[in-house]
Amino acid sequence: MKLDDEEQDILAGKLGPVPQQALRHQITVGDFFGAPDFVPVTQAHIMADTESLGAAGVRWLEGLAAATDGQRRVRIPTITDPRGTDFSKAAFLQHTPSMLDLERRAIAAFVKLGVLMTDTCINYQTIQAPTRNEHVAFGDTGVVIYSNSICGARSNFEGGPSAVSAGLTGRTPRYGFHLDAQRRATVHIRVGFAPASLNDWGALGAVIGRIAGNYWAVPAIEGIETAPGSDQLKHFGAAMASFGSVALFHLVGFTPEAGRLADVAPADLPSRRVDRADIDALQMSYRKDGKVDVVVFSAPQLSLFELRELAGLCTGRRFAVPLLAVTSPQVKPDADRMGYTARIEEAGGTVLSGMCFYQSYAREIAEAKGWKRLATNSAKLVNILGGYGYQPMLGSMQACVDAAATGRLE
Amino acid sequence: MSARGRIFRARQAMGRSVRGIALVAQDGFSARYDLDRIAGIFSRPAHKLAGQSYVGRILVLDTAKGGVASAWMLYEMQSRRMAPLAFVFNSANPILAQGAALGDVPMLAGFDEDITLAIPDGAEVEVNPELGVVTLFD
Repeated sequence: MKLDDEEQDILAGKLGPVPQQALRHQITVGDFFGAPDFVPVTQAHIMADTESLGAAGVRWLEGLAAATDGQRRVRIPTITDPRGTDFSKAAFLQHTPSMLDLERRAIAAFVKLGVLMTDTCINYQTIQAPTRNEHVAFGDTGVVIYSNSICGARSNFEGGPSAVSAGLTGRTPRYGFHLDAQRRATVHIRVGFAPASLNDWGALGAVIGRIAGNYWAVPAIEGIETAPGSDQLKHFGAAMASFGSVALFHLVGFTPEAGRLADVAPADLPSRRVDRADIDALQMSYRKDGKVDVVVFSAPQLSLFELRELAGLCTGRRFAVPLLAVTSPQVKPDADRMGYTARIEEAGGTVLSGMCFYQSYAREIAEAKGWKRLATNSAKLVNILGGYGYQPMLGSMQACVDAAATGRLE
Repeated sequence: MSARGRIFRARQAMGRSVRGIALVAQDGFSARYDLDRIAGIFSRPAHKLAGQSYVGRILVLDTAKGGVASAWMLYEMQSRRMAPLAFVFNSANPILAQGAALGDVPMLAGFDEDITLAIPDGAEVEVNPELGVVTLFD
């Protein structure tokens, strides 16, 4: 990679060992992908729950935080994805003292590095959405696909070590979705129906993600007639990224780079059609048994509008099985003020903040609680939890709330 | 075919040379979605390698899938000596590259043929990132 004067100084250690280590990591990754140089970034977002970090990852962070020579703190606003617990609900989740200790150590290290503990995967709804052509270094696949596609920003999937590095150096290797050429569509999708519920949008994203199939694929989607809302696109993108590792899609007529199909796609693009039967088949593929041990709304964290809808559905109900609703630390105080938290919890549910279900020791929770059959309206969550020993089922928010009351998903 | 074995050239490479036994499938890889990292096995029931141990094996798979967690998880797995020996992908995504860089797991990606069809499961192979090649021994 071609390095400017400042980057050469960083690499030579003139700014201290922390940015030097960060830049070395970035060069290894940049060389792998043939990046010609670095591009300045304005924000970084770090996925670093302690289940992923483990003790080794926390020690790595503590090593950076312990540096006394040169620059130790991040140069640009650098924020965090959900943490591994909600400390106020740790007893309910049966998180162990060792999990909580690791979590506290990771937070302490991040704070020493100057990282802002926002603990959210919906920063584009709550903190600061990036703008068109703004280069950023975002972790969490749902954050990246939303920022690239809906906002027109430019980011690759930046895993925790690379997002930390970008925060420390204020730049990232220029490859992938920072480049115009990578943002062209590679597959055309014709949608033959109008998705309505959030689980329908998630299932549609899942089906398109499976068709696209890899990180470098960019679907251009036609057939959606009405502008979707932010929560619908949140579930759509998060599922597409989860099922297909996709980082960018174009929704023709709605997303900023695709006013017309010809703006993003050549005329001879291969085309596939997706109909309601396809998403119904995906959703039914998870229905092995209607019995439900737990209902979870999470992945991504719920917006205030989702919590408003959920609170409405919970009012006057009495749940037979646990219902968990997970939101961000920014939304939770508003949900408290608006009375949504109280209405969900009066029905027997639990509102959690600053974590995400699958990033918070889901396997250990399952073993401690005896939970296996899990109902959710998140297509992303059903995709992930199969590997964690759950039997996840996908349904509408209404059907999942009903399942919390009856113990069966109909 | 060379004197030593058949050679496949990769367009992308990082890490040190290693030699070992290939574990091959036409499927993807995500440390969070697919693995029981404590037991060291593929655990997602739908994965083609479900139930098989990946520890110390050279994984030959189609592409990286899913979330960003693999970037940390490879480092954590390596710290417990429970990581794959190397990765060989048809197509790599940034997360696996970032994770391999931090976790010191050699990786090759980008071949002219489907590498998951070219290398038989259980074969002895050498991954040489410096030369950008994987060698299949008879």
